[in-house]
Amino acid sequence: MQSVRKSNRAKVGAFIRYTLLIIVGIFMLYPLIWMVFSTFKPNSEIFGAYKLLPVNWTFQAYLDIGISYGGQINLLTAMKNTYTVVLSKVVFTLLSVTITAYGFARFNFIGKKVFFAIMLSMIFLPQTVLNAPQYIMFNSWGWINSYKPLIIPSLFAIDSYFIFMIIQFMRGIPREMEEAATIDGCNSFQTLVFVLVPVLVPALTAAGLFTFMWSSNDFMGPLIYIRTTSKQLTSVFIKMCMDVDRGTDWNRVLAFSLIAITPSLLVFFAAQSTFIEGINAGSVKG
Amino acid sequence: MTGPGPARLAPKRGLRYFYKHNKGLFYISIWIVGFLVFKLYPFGSSLYYSFTDFVLKKNSVITEYGFFNYVKFFTTKSTMNALMVTFKYSFITVPMKLAFALFIAYILSFRIKGVGLFRTAYYIPSILGGSVAIAVLWTALFQKNGIINSLLGAIGVEGPSWLGNGTLALLTISLLRVWQFGSSMVIFLAALKGIPRDLYEAASVDGASKWRQFFRITIPLITPAIFYNLVTQIVQAFQEFNGPYIITQGGPNQATTLISLLIYNQAFKHFNMSYASAMAWIMFIIVAILSAVAFISQKRWVYYADK
Repeated sequence: MQSVRKSNRAKVGAFIRYTLLIIVGIFMLYPLIWMVFSTFKPNSEIFGAYKLLPVNWTFQAYLDIGISYGGQINLLTAMKNTYTVVLSKVVFTLLSVTITAYGFARFNFIGKKVFFAIMLSMIFLPQTVLNAPQYIMFNSWGWINSYKPLIIPSLFAIDSYFIFMIIQFMRGIPREMEEAATIDGCNSFQTLVFVLVPVLVPALTAAGLFTFMWSSNDFMGPLIYIRTTSKQLTSVFIKMCMDVDRGTDWNRVLAFSLIAITPSLLVFFAAQSTFIEGINAGSVKG
Repeated sequence: MTGPGPARLAPKRGLRYFYKHNKGLFYISIWIVGFLVFKLYPFGSSLYYSFTDFVLKKNSVITEYGFFNYVKFFTTKSTMNALMVTFKYSFITVPMKLAFALFIAYILSFRIKGVGLFRTAYYIPSILGGSVAIAVLWTALFQKNGIINSLLGAIGVEGPSWLGNGTLALLTISLLRVWQFGSSMVIFLAALKGIPRDLYEAASVDGASKWRQFFRITIPLITPAIFYNLVTQIVQAFQEFNGPYIITQGGPNQATTLISLLIYNQAFKHFNMSYASAMAWIMFIIVAILSAVAFISQKRWVYYADK
């Protein structure tokens, strides 16, 4: 009798849980699905109507993909610019972060604890405090209106979050292989390259993907440093489109936005499990 | 800690010995350079600029030193308003986002079929949410005749003017961040998975209700994750820029003019770097105080298993 009641209660509980999860899921994804269909709608159907599917399909937004703004830039140029920056950043970040993490994870040296504490505390340092003085500095180096302010800092392992993430991964790797390599005559750098890096591939993938998506999203950087429209990156380009086309061609604005986030989405789906493990490794363990 | 302390035994052994025992220092040297050039120097110089009247223009020189930027900040109505709005924004966004993240993570921590599917669905907004594309989407969704109001209309509710009313506009940009609760959720989920099941079983045997178990077992055991999420979210919320800049332009009537917007305008529209630095430092000190409160109080409420 009791067990029947109990299993009924468990069923009700499960029912409530699934219902909640599905409702929340709809709230999470509906805006994105709406966005996809809206790119095929004329303006009159995007606003003042709640139907998800277009009544009169239009593909004009996608035919306009090459349209140029101010005669200087179109979506494709903006995306080319963006991924030039993003891919350099990914490579530089992975290189610098791996080397730094190796130093912290596998060696002792003077002041290690202090350096480590400073490195970690940088996760919490607001970028807003650094924007103005960095601009003054980059300006004095003649870096304004180039991609250097966006790319060069990543050569110097400035992203503590990733250093910490890789350190956590390295701590989980037994040292026997490295010791064997040392006995076989590898120096410490060779050990890093030939022994540790192959084992680190999942962690490096996660860090690389995060860098990819976060720097594709970066808006403040290009907004501040890029002055010439033709050099602009996608994020600022999309904002320009919205300022110009809102009120007339929302479907185009939404279509361009959708195209702009597609690479990040693809990257996420291609490697989502690595991804979520990556976040977990980088965070505190409960 | 392997090997003898190099510092104490160092005399007469020279560079070679130093290198051998401090190799790690060479590996982290790129980070040290990066830290000094791109973090510490800007950080320090912005404090210096904040006490000057430096404006970044050709041949401009500093003529005055003092606290005047700070005085100006605290005696100007519009900046004080921005400070209040920033507090309001953070105190709406951070608790809502964390509560949501924890609630959903808790449900997902039960044996749920298709956990991976739900987790992915909830995480997608977090990877895209920071992008301009999503801010643009948000602008479209919350228009007076946008889809949100159309859907409300379909169930017989007359939708408000989301971006025309100060409180609602602030709520709109706040919702954009709450919608991205996935990143905090994943961290909570990992923490929840780390709780030994037998604790719950023992509590059930003792007749503790699910609610009691949640507050007496679950919450205390995931306090490190709560702490981490709390601090990172506060730091983020105080720096919020994309939402107000793209969706509301700080309006209506300055109701969504967050402090980051003022800093941006001063620094990169007027090139008044000194005033921008002072404002940034005020923001930094507030965030630092809030984090310090969390840090100091964590001894009382954060539970670490290895202690």
